Amino acid sequence: MSRRGVKIALHYLVLLLIAASTVLPFVWMLFTSLHGQRAELPTMANLFSPAGGYHFDNYRYVLTYGELPVWRFAVNSVIVTTGVVLFQLALCSLAAFGFARLHFRGRNSIFFLFLLTMMIPGQVLIVPLFLMVQKLGWLDSYWGLIIPYQYLSTAFGTFLLRQFFVTIPHSLDEAARLDGCSELGVFWHVILPSSKPALATVAAFAFIWTWTDFYWALLASSSRTMRPLEVGLSAFRDSYGMTCWSLQMTAAVIVLVPVLLVFLALQRYFVRGVVTSGIKG
Amino acid sequence: MISDRPRNNWRGYLFIAPATIYLAVFSLIPVAFAAYLSLHRWHLLKSDHPFVGWGNYTALAANPLFRGAVWNTLVYAMASVPLGVVSALVVAMLVSRPLKVIGVFRALYYIPAVCSQVALSMVWIWILLPEKGLISYGIRFLNLLAETVGSIGGMDLSMFHIDLSTDLLAMRGWAMAALVLMSMWIGLGPRMVIFIAGLQNIPETLYEAADLDGCNRWQRFWYVTLPQLAPTMLFVTVTTTIAAFQLFTPVYMMTQGGPQRTTDVVSFHIFQEAWRKYEAGMASAQSYVLFAMILVVAVFQIALMRKGLDREEAAQ
Repeated sequence: MSRRGVKIALHYLVLLLIAASTVLPFVWMLFTSLHGQRAELPTMANLFSPAGGYHFDNYRYVLTYGELPVWRFAVNSVIVTTGVVLFQLALCSLAAFGFARLHFRGRNSIFFLFLLTMMIPGQVLIVPLFLMVQKLGWLDSYWGLIIPYQYLSTAFGTFLLRQFFVTIPHSLDEAARLDGCSELGVFWHVILPSSKPALATVAAFAFIWTWTDFYWALLASSSRTMRPLEVGLSAFRDSYGMTCWSLQMTAAVIVLVPVLLVFLALQRYFVRGVVTSGIKG
Repeated sequence: MISDRPRNNWRGYLFIAPATIYLAVFSLIPVAFAAYLSLHRWHLLKSDHPFVGWGNYTALAANPLFRGAVWNTLVYAMASVPLGVVSALVVAMLVSRPLKVIGVFRALYYIPAVCSQVALSMVWIWILLPEKGLISYGIRFLNLLAETVGSIGGMDLSMFHIDLSTDLLAMRGWAMAALVLMSMWIGLGPRMVIFIAGLQNIPETLYEAADLDGCNRWQRFWYVTLPQLAPTMLFVTVTTTIAAFQLFTPVYMMTQGGPQRTTDVVSFHIFQEAWRKYEAGMASAQSYVLFAMILVVAVFQIALMRKGLDREEAAQ
């Protein structure tokens, strides 16, 4: 092989090793979840060939397990995440249109305030938010899980959409206005249809942040039936100790599969979001 | 034409109203409320909340456990930020070559960043598990190697024998090292993506000029890439530091602050104060200390944002 060929081969080898570190843990997870319930922690020797074959029934067991009904957690996660995504898309796109397209006094100062809220650590907000939500009677309800703890999605989403909206040519607005469109009409008929990738980016981030949020969800859901998946999963550790690995990993796989699917489908939108906030920020 | 439109379009306020009200109610009011709480002795299960002034803050300054938590947070940040930034830069350069299927690698490296940290923590508990974990396989191999080789130059290698039953998460130093390594692994993807974009923004002409001046690869990196990447580097460093200051879920899942409080970072300390001791006032004071720590770092980022806005304004 030529010297150049060797170099490229080495390059791929390094890339593969790094990829192994990010992928193999999930392979281990998947195969551990297929071991028998009372089995010992799988070793390297029997990871891929569990005693008594693959136990796919672990999934049915975990989903319908009486004390920790994972199907119920999954339903909660879907409801909460859908609610957050729709709510945040509406809030952010409206605000971003105002900031990007309309001139009004104090516009930049208010936008700057939006950016500043991203600096607030969640830790500062959680105790007062909990007390506020308690007063509102939203604890242990979908309202409490969907509405309060989303300041990052709102600020980041507004920022991201604004950055996108300012790049849409003004001539499109003007044409729509000449056709008699109001501001809302321009927003709805011109800006939104040409911003699908940016909207997808905001939705993707809101989805991931909400699906994997642990701290707020832990506090806002106290009863068994209101827990989202992430909190339910941590309860698995508490109730099984670290003994029944196969069932724990079954639950972990159930939590991760939707996230991975969304990531694989919307991959480039994640990249776009990170890059926009990093470069133009 | 922009100029013939009214300068102050009141409809703008209508568009931004929902999000602005949302942020006011769910971030500005709680921030102010937290400040108020921090000046009171506010037990969550008691009905009287006496005003104590700066009492919580002076108590914190004198409290060795809280000072320890601040110290642990700084140790964690000082270890994880340089490692995280440098590793992401190296990986970004590795995947910036025009090679086949490079996009697949980028995607794979991003995966841990979007995953549930509770699930990832479970995997790391296994990785670090005594006797059966991934690392114990490595140790077994090293032990075997040491036994087979026996000695090098008269030095007996059996002194390096590591007991397989060692629980790394229960050892001072090792638990922290595990958290640092884990954060490097989780945050690799987003940091890498920002660096890739930064690398792409470097004008090719600079490299051509460097080549004309007879620069070797190392010099190209040192005199072109690094200086051109400075703003990206600053951004990544600041955001990584802010995230490091807020480390929570892995500590909750893997160490609960132990062993001997060596991984009791500020976020976890606040969690304990508020939800295990129910001292909401003291917890709020602690959260303001964390806020101050973050602001010290964030001023750089705020300055960058301000500059970006001004530049846009000038361009319009």
